[in-house]
Amino acid sequence: MTIMTKFLGATAALALSAGAALADPALIYDLGGKFDKSFNEAAYNGAQRWAEETGGTYKDIEMQSEAQREQALRRFAEAGFSPVITAGFAFADPINNVAADYPDTKFVNIDGWLPEVPENVLLINFQEHQGSYLVGMLAAMESKSNTVGFIGGMDIPLIRHFACGYAQGAKAVNPDITVISNMTGTTPAAWNDPVKGTELAKAQIGQGADVIYAAAGGTGIGVLQTAADEGIKSIGVDSNQNHMHPGSVLTSMLKRVDNAVFEAMSGGADLETGTFMTLGLAEDGVGYAVDENNAELISDDMIAAVEDAKAKIISGDLEVVSYYANDSCPALEF
Amino acid sequence: MDFLTLLQVLDSTVRLATPLLLACLAGLYSERAGVFDIGLEGKMLAAAFLSAGVAYVTGSVWLGLFAGIAASVALSAIHGLASITFRGNQLISGVAINFLAAGLTVLIAQNWFKQGGRTPSLIGGGRWENITLPFAETLSGVPVLGPIYAELISGHSLLVYVAFAMVPLTWWILFRTRFGLRLRAVGEAPEAVDTAGVSVVGLRFAAVGICGILCGIAGSYLATGLQAGFVKDMTAGRGFIALAALIFAKWRPWYALGACLLFGLLQAVALRYQNIDLGGVVIPVQVMDALPYILTVVILAGFVGKAIPPRAGGEPYVKER
Repeated sequence: MTIMTKFLGATAALALSAGAALADPALIYDLGGKFDKSFNEAAYNGAQRWAEETGGTYKDIEMQSEAQREQALRRFAEAGFSPVITAGFAFADPINNVAADYPDTKFVNIDGWLPEVPENVLLINFQEHQGSYLVGMLAAMESKSNTVGFIGGMDIPLIRHFACGYAQGAKAVNPDITVISNMTGTTPAAWNDPVKGTELAKAQIGQGADVIYAAAGGTGIGVLQTAADEGIKSIGVDSNQNHMHPGSVLTSMLKRVDNAVFEAMSGGADLETGTFMTLGLAEDGVGYAVDENNAELISDDMIAAVEDAKAKIISGDLEVVSYYANDSCPALEF
Repeated sequence: MDFLTLLQVLDSTVRLATPLLLACLAGLYSERAGVFDIGLEGKMLAAAFLSAGVAYVTGSVWLGLFAGIAASVALSAIHGLASITFRGNQLISGVAINFLAAGLTVLIAQNWFKQGGRTPSLIGGGRWENITLPFAETLSGVPVLGPIYAELISGHSLLVYVAFAMVPLTWWILFRTRFGLRLRAVGEAPEAVDTAGVSVVGLRFAAVGICGILCGIAGSYLATGLQAGFVKDMTAGRGFIALAALIFAKWRPWYALGACLLFGLLQAVALRYQNIDLGGVVIPVQVMDALPYILTVVILAGFVGKAIPPRAGGEPYVKER
């Protein structure tokens, strides 16, 4: 018995010290799943790039339900991982709950917001409205029917933030343009309902939209598919989705979640925490995608106009109003 | 709302109601035979996945359909084995099937296609073509009736017509054939059926098998008709709405058609108009999403007619000695 106890104790000690020495980063994806061709996949791509460039290793896990968030955070922290990077706004509160219990672990959250940031937490935000503004301009320049659409996933402030920037961009090009905005639902199931995405896209096409911007995770797959089937243009989100239906996807609003994850993993133990980090156009945190799949769809004039606006936003001459500023949008009603 | 918009909403209703209708009729067979089935959702999901996977690999939507039906029937067999042969709790078996399907589909899809639990997008022969009914083009010029025929009735995939044809067929089977009489009897008074020398177990397995086939068609329609591929959890609760429709329809085939069309219409309207303004009173979209469930509760509570489930429903049959 005593031998057994000693043996077990030794193993436990070994496991603990091994965990502390490694301090590998860990990455937690949100409910959309690792390969959603969008937000979470961008995080995965950033982690893969870091692993390839540095030869380091990391652990990752996908959430299956809301209840797992805190559990996953605690398990990674107790296993000695640092920084623990989480993708998705919904992790902000669980991190706030556990951060104090693991002062030696650094937590990073992408998209989240907390009134007070704990000392060992870094919150990374993107200026999605700026990137959405640019693709909104492209949509308005492409539209021949003077109607463009927006399809969001779950109806949350973040997605309204996307829609608001998009509508401002479209109206900057053409003040008379109609922007139709729909949300898929009010529960997390709205991120994974391509059938509803298709029906929403068909409804918007019925109302005259000929460019539709989908910021809806897996639901967006249905939107992009329908746009390709019906012969109109669509705009992807987060990752570069131009390749999904070449010739139909006008562009993608890039949110460089991969860069954020890459930077956080590279920072390792020296990562500055206890603060917000905001990535906008100036930091290349957001942007629009042009590659061989959509080069023919976007003319030089369009690029010139968008680049001009981009320069003005960076220099501060042009301000895109954020939905967060006063929970309303000057260009769009919800 | 102009006429064209109305047609578009109704068109959307037909598409959204089809998977509900198939699943609802599937549940109808099973529950009329006395086997409650809350695993409709799981069966649809498994069928959606396997039909998309096989359709992608073989390029044939028909092989996909058969694979989807096979997956769904396999889950039905598990449900039958657990709840008929071994007399387990039917609800628990159904819940288990839902979890099994949700997990297995993503796991196998990830292992098979390495796209994170999705199947690649289907192209060409891997999807159901929309069928244009004869004379749809010529008749579309006729006022009112022309567009209704060309837009609403024509231009759906084959499975939509199958689903709608299943309604009279189900009615005929259940109420005009010997098999149907026995099937209903086994859900009301299995001991009487047994006394007459007919196998209760055999009849219940037949009902659960038909349920599997119909769920398989519903899942295939989602993945290869409405969509071009499988996405995890893509049934998004439609199996449960179908169950609600079944109760709303009081376990009758024609009522089921009405209930599914109503629930489909509610969804279509919710998708088309986010907030409905009724002379100053704004109805938020959430109300429309919740209405199917609210209506079901109202029906269950007995305010509008009474919904009486099959008497022997949920009870495993034990032969008296």
